[in-house]
Amino acid sequence: MRPLKLGKHIMKTTSVIFAGATIAALAGPVAAQTEIEWWHAMGGSLGETVNKIATDFNANQSDYVITPVFKGSYEETLTAGIAAFRAGEQPNILQVFDAGAATVIGAKGATVPVQDLLTDNGVSFDIEDYISGVRYFYADSDGKMIGMPFNSSSPIMYYNVEALEAAGVTPPVTWEEFQDVTAPALVEAGYIPLSQSHMPWVFTENFFSRHNLQFATGNNGYDSADVVINMDAPEIRDHFEAFKSWIDNGYAGFYGAGWDDNATPFEQGKVGLWLGSSGSFGGLQQTAEFDFSATYLPYWEAITTEPKQTFIGGAALFAMSGQPEDENKATAEFFRYLTSPEVQYMWHQETGYVPITEAAYEVAKADGHYDRFPAAEVGIQQLSLPAGEWTRGYRMGFYVQIRDVMNREYTRYLTGETSLDDAFTAIKTEADELLSRFAQTQG
Amino acid sequence: MKRAAFSQPLMPVALLMPQLIIIAVFFYWPAWEAIYSSFFLQDPFGFGSNYVGADNYTRLAKSSEYAKVAGFTLFFTVVVTFLSLGIALLLAVKADKVIRGAKTYRTLLMWVYAVAPPVAGFLGSLLFDQNIGPITDLFAFFGYNLQIGLNYNDTAFAMIVVSVWKQIPVNFIFLLSGLQSIPVAVREAALIDNKSGTRRFWDITFPLLAPTAFFLLIINITYALFDTFGVIDIMVKGNPASNPITLVYKVYTDGFRGNDLGGSSAQSVVLMVLVLLLTVMQFRMLERRIHYT
Repeated sequence: MRPLKLGKHIMKTTSVIFAGATIAALAGPVAAQTEIEWWHAMGGSLGETVNKIATDFNANQSDYVITPVFKGSYEETLTAGIAAFRAGEQPNILQVFDAGAATVIGAKGATVPVQDLLTDNGVSFDIEDYISGVRYFYADSDGKMIGMPFNSSSPIMYYNVEALEAAGVTPPVTWEEFQDVTAPALVEAGYIPLSQSHMPWVFTENFFSRHNLQFATGNNGYDSADVVINMDAPEIRDHFEAFKSWIDNGYAGFYGAGWDDNATPFEQGKVGLWLGSSGSFGGLQQTAEFDFSATYLPYWEAITTEPKQTFIGGAALFAMSGQPEDENKATAEFFRYLTSPEVQYMWHQETGYVPITEAAYEVAKADGHYDRFPAAEVGIQQLSLPAGEWTRGYRMGFYVQIRDVMNREYTRYLTGETSLDDAFTAIKTEADELLSRFAQTQG
Repeated sequence: MKRAAFSQPLMPVALLMPQLIIIAVFFYWPAWEAIYSSFFLQDPFGFGSNYVGADNYTRLAKSSEYAKVAGFTLFFTVVVTFLSLGIALLLAVKADKVIRGAKTYRTLLMWVYAVAPPVAGFLGSLLFDQNIGPITDLFAFFGYNLQIGLNYNDTAFAMIVVSVWKQIPVNFIFLLSGLQSIPVAVREAALIDNKSGTRRFWDITFPLLAPTAFFLLIINITYALFDTFGVIDIMVKGNPASNPITLVYKVYTDGFRGNDLGGSSAQSVVLMVLVLLLTVMQFRMLERRIHYT
């Protein structure tokens, strides 16, 4: 998940220009080298870090040249990749976000599984090298890694240290603690206790994972495209009922489905606890003018006493098929470089996204990164909590629209436009219909 | 009267060719593709494709969500067209009377024309921002909690304000030049007949403006239906949720965000038919009442 910032669209434009300049600069002196292209969705400062990775890779060896091209938002990048594939002009590497995973992995023949790509080109691969919460989200039902996790993050809880001190409480571990202890104390101290920035991601997908609940039939959708979603689970309904009661009695602020609208009050110091992305860390360091830290996503003790790990959001890199062998070799070499501990650590430090390998995590620890910024470690620790049967993630088609339906109905329920029953019935009905339509496209 | 004709029958065809080719490539071909794919459900990458008959259409007909979006589109189009034409007409009539510094006034009023819809949307999303927007602060001063992105009506209000604001200058330019093309002699004659400015405006000036106004009406309806896309996209921040959206934006979210090619093709066919009907109606019913001088 990527923290969206106001001004993103302006930054996008400059990134396009910047990417264009990079292509122009790189196009000159290469003749005998193998050139590959990488389409990504990383705007602003994230895009600059992407360009730095590419420039460093090109400078480090002389056989391959990679050119990163910024293609807009996640959705725009995926659509551009699809259009290019249909025209036979696909890039070597395409960045696809979590909600688009079913689309790209479902289209067998569109990509070369990254695990095959690496082993075929003499790059050693062991899925156990990757940290636990990262391993299987972009894998197929047999556990073979299809997409290379790239910018990986997880939802965590940030807290305003001053606010909690003023209220005389510690960050809540469970939602019960939040509503009985933390929230009343924060209200007393003059704060809005809680806000969150992404209901489908934080309060739905990872809610199921944290409580080890089944999210969809067919092994959360990994085994089949023809599945139904488990939105009639009483646990999730209870959770939203509780969330609404918190909003109604002042325990939580709700500012719509926009990421920034919910993050800004925390940055302004009005809200005490904020559920955001572990990748928001870098941005918060610049915008928050108070001491903040982070901890795990709370869970309901009434549902489980053994909370599990969450899984990754963000996006992965897919090797598109239909490329010459020497270019696939170049892609494999780039992935080798990208997953090296040094590059992962650099990416982790610059952006706040988690390092995806155990080795990179060790490097970060050894370097004292987490002594300096304890909050930077929370995401990776939460991803490394014990796994359960339903914690690897989900694979559902037309999932972007399913998220849109969730956002729409949740917002209607929370603003009193519709009832809990109607909202969840609508989500269940429309999501199942979308899933069955997606299954038909896979026929 | 003798009819003028080309001596060679192929000549007119050849002269029409460039235009016909452009229409064929940029309209007929894509339109055909849209109609064709609206009867299929297909894998975005083009691997699988399933004929589903009129499924994509019956689904739209049954969807209460789609009806809601269509309802909002109608409301939005009527309000934006009416307000942007009305305010521009008022400004044009007043600016027409200004003698001293006329050019400065006109330039200032046209200024906004240079702002692209997405930029207008971006300005709007900053001005109306829940946390840092000055307009939100202004409303709060009067005791109203404006919540763009959360409250359906508030978001609709902000979208309409930004869309109207963006469109006024275009209308203003055309209406002003329309006013200035009305002969002075006619106005002077009217002045002798009637002292009331309002009466003269509705009886003489407005009918003479009608050709311009009719042209603008069509332009404005098209603007509200299609060109406001940029405003809406930026104001909902790419995340529609429960916010109001128009039919065109829904085609985009389902097709380009959601990769549901069949469903979004069906929607664009519906839209195409609607626009066709609208245009025919406008020319049949309205244009008859207009007298070109």
